[in-house]
Amino acid sequence: MLEIRKDYFANERDDNLNVIGKGIQRQDMPGHVTGRSRYFDDHAFEGLLHLKVVRSPHHHARIRSVDVGEAERAPGVKRILRAADVPVNKNTLLSLINFGKDDEPTLAVDKVHYKGEPVVAVIAESEAAAMAARKLVRIDYEVLPAVFDVEEALKPGAPIVNETYPNNYFEYHEKFDHQKLRFGDTEKAFAAADLVIEERYQTSPIEHAPTETNGSIAAPEQDNRFVVHSCAQGLFFSLGTSAKILNIESNRLHFIGGTVGGGFGGKVDSLTEPLAILGAMLTGRPVRYVLDREEEMLYGSPRGAERVYVKDGVMRDGRIIARHVRSYFDAGAYTRLSSYAAIKCTAHLPGPYWIPNVSSDIYVSYTNRCPSTAMRGFGITAADFALEVQMDKLAHAVNMDPMEFRILNAYRDGDMKAHRRVAKNTALIECVQVAAEKARWPISESARRQSSLEGGGQRERGQIPATPIDQRGQIGRPETRSGPVTQTLPAGTMRIPLTKQPELEGSRDARPVAPNVPRYEPARPMTQPVVQAPAPLAPMPSAAPPPQPGVEPPAPPAPGVQPQHGAMRFSSVFGTRRR
Amino acid sequence: MAKVPVQFRLNGSDRAAFIDAADNLLMTLRRGLNEFAPKYGCGQGTCGVCTVLIDGEPQLSCLTLAVACEGRHVETASGMAEGPNLHPLQVAFMDNFAAQCGFCTPGMLMAARALLDRNPKPSREEVIEAIAGNICRCTGYEPIINAILAAAGAGDQKRA
Repeated sequence: MLEIRKDYFANERDDNLNVIGKGIQRQDMPGHVTGRSRYFDDHAFEGLLHLKVVRSPHHHARIRSVDVGEAERAPGVKRILRAADVPVNKNTLLSLINFGKDDEPTLAVDKVHYKGEPVVAVIAESEAAAMAARKLVRIDYEVLPAVFDVEEALKPGAPIVNETYPNNYFEYHEKFDHQKLRFGDTEKAFAAADLVIEERYQTSPIEHAPTETNGSIAAPEQDNRFVVHSCAQGLFFSLGTSAKILNIESNRLHFIGGTVGGGFGGKVDSLTEPLAILGAMLTGRPVRYVLDREEEMLYGSPRGAERVYVKDGVMRDGRIIARHVRSYFDAGAYTRLSSYAAIKCTAHLPGPYWIPNVSSDIYVSYTNRCPSTAMRGFGITAADFALEVQMDKLAHAVNMDPMEFRILNAYRDGDMKAHRRVAKNTALIECVQVAAEKARWPISESARRQSSLEGGGQRERGQIPATPIDQRGQIGRPETRSGPVTQTLPAGTMRIPLTKQPELEGSRDARPVAPNVPRYEPARPMTQPVVQAPAPLAPMPSAAPPPQPGVEPPAPPAPGVQPQHGAMRFSSVFGTRRR
Repeated sequence: MAKVPVQFRLNGSDRAAFIDAADNLLMTLRRGLNEFAPKYGCGQGTCGVCTVLIDGEPQLSCLTLAVACEGRHVETASGMAEGPNLHPLQVAFMDNFAAQCGFCTPGMLMAARALLDRNPKPSREEVIEAIAGNICRCTGYEPIINAILAAAGAGDQKRA
């Protein structure tokens, strides 16, 4: 039986939760039960053409030649699309928010980087004709060595998976080879701990397997526009991506969607939209590009596999005093959203526990696998799996009940988190108490009396500890992969200053260095300890266009206006908050 | 390619189409007759989202040749309501939150209707067996089972 405890939210919102606890019929339900809900493929078009792609049979290969002559002459074939037909044949999804370099072609140019990468598209009068013609495309490959392991990929001499990132890791801000977190002195704390336990955790890729496969239908509209019925979970994300790849104004694209036959994160990559629209542009007819089930399972981007090493220092009384996490996120051959996964993972560490010394190094590795993408908490779920299994092992090692062990180490309101923000609205203790009660798991009277509202932030729990930092992970600095401590930030330091300019001395690890690594301004020397109060929230830069002459800008909201109850969103990419 | 004619009743109306002889019923319904209630999920008879009734029997339309339906009665989720009045199964699916993305729902309704037509008071086990060929990826099977039992008047809706 569902139980709503509104008292937990009493200080967060005014009591306008007037829908919670009531049964409300969803608007789309009548359509679902009558078969009238229109998914992307439930649209009839006169003269509909069907697009199918020829995929790479190799994990990594150079394309020597492509011969489409026979396929072009096959019955029913209207058009063949090659890499040269795609106006902007290199993109990365997060380029729409200026994050990362374009690294993925819509159709492979001179190399394929994973088994299943699209090379040629065939557009024909029927699906059967497109599938028959696709077998007539002759592609001559020179097979290259491939790498499938996230750590092997980072070793010297590993095959270069993705030429945009020749060292096989995603480059953050074109400067760092991973996401790094430093809080306190984990090395010192490990030396002082009663027990140090390090474990390795490995997850597998997971296909979302929605019942509706990825697909779209694009058709020419009047006014030189194109209507696109799309499965996309992020319709405007897909619109922006398509407009960029096709190099057309976004207002020439009319995306219709939102009724998605299961997504779970697997329908954010715009796998089909750009080619379907390009097909419609070049044939003047409606073009439908739908993955069949085999394509969906093999080449629809999955949840990325992760390898997580967790090292903990724990005292015999059950307190965790240090945690180091080193993790490798398997991006597959291209970035897609994996760069974001590592940021989320870092932001999530060390889990919902107060630990006085925390450090982490989170890498995004390229391998010759199908590119991975979003899926329900990606970047966090695998880390949580590792952390919670680790918590059980730690509890066992110190001979404590695993529920009580979690209550002992849980965040409480006011605790300083490893990200130098104060923990608020913590509730792990209460969650564990309720879970123990529901599961009839006996916990001690003292564990039952604990509260997230009490004891947090006291003494060192509320302080930022002195933090040794290193330059580990700077691109172009070969010695930094296991670099020593370079500096200790005094206690209370909010931000780690930018480190020195990378030294670009020849090639790293005997491999070519990334081209165009920009040079950076050296960090200002720390003349005095930077002890700051927590910075107030930066105002969001106005998204409004500059005021035009003669047009009154809208008046700013008067001070003292009641805050709205819209959700506060936090962007971990930009570190800004917005309503 | 020479087209062949096929004629059958669809939800009580006589319909005809010219198709390729190898076309399956799913493609004929969706691309030939604009009947979009049955969905494409796998094309190999494993997911059940294309389930329709042929002469009252649940069949996978992706594995059924359209020409084999000549003269028969094909029913889909679009034809379940009596005019403006929803079928009790449709009402029960709405009341029990038995559809989330809704993509498996038309096939699920067909499997359930075939069950109730031949066994108006099924046990929970019989309901589970009847929808065993229909895969759902987001709703979860419990609300669907509860909805079918509710439609059968078997009660026990709030078990979960």
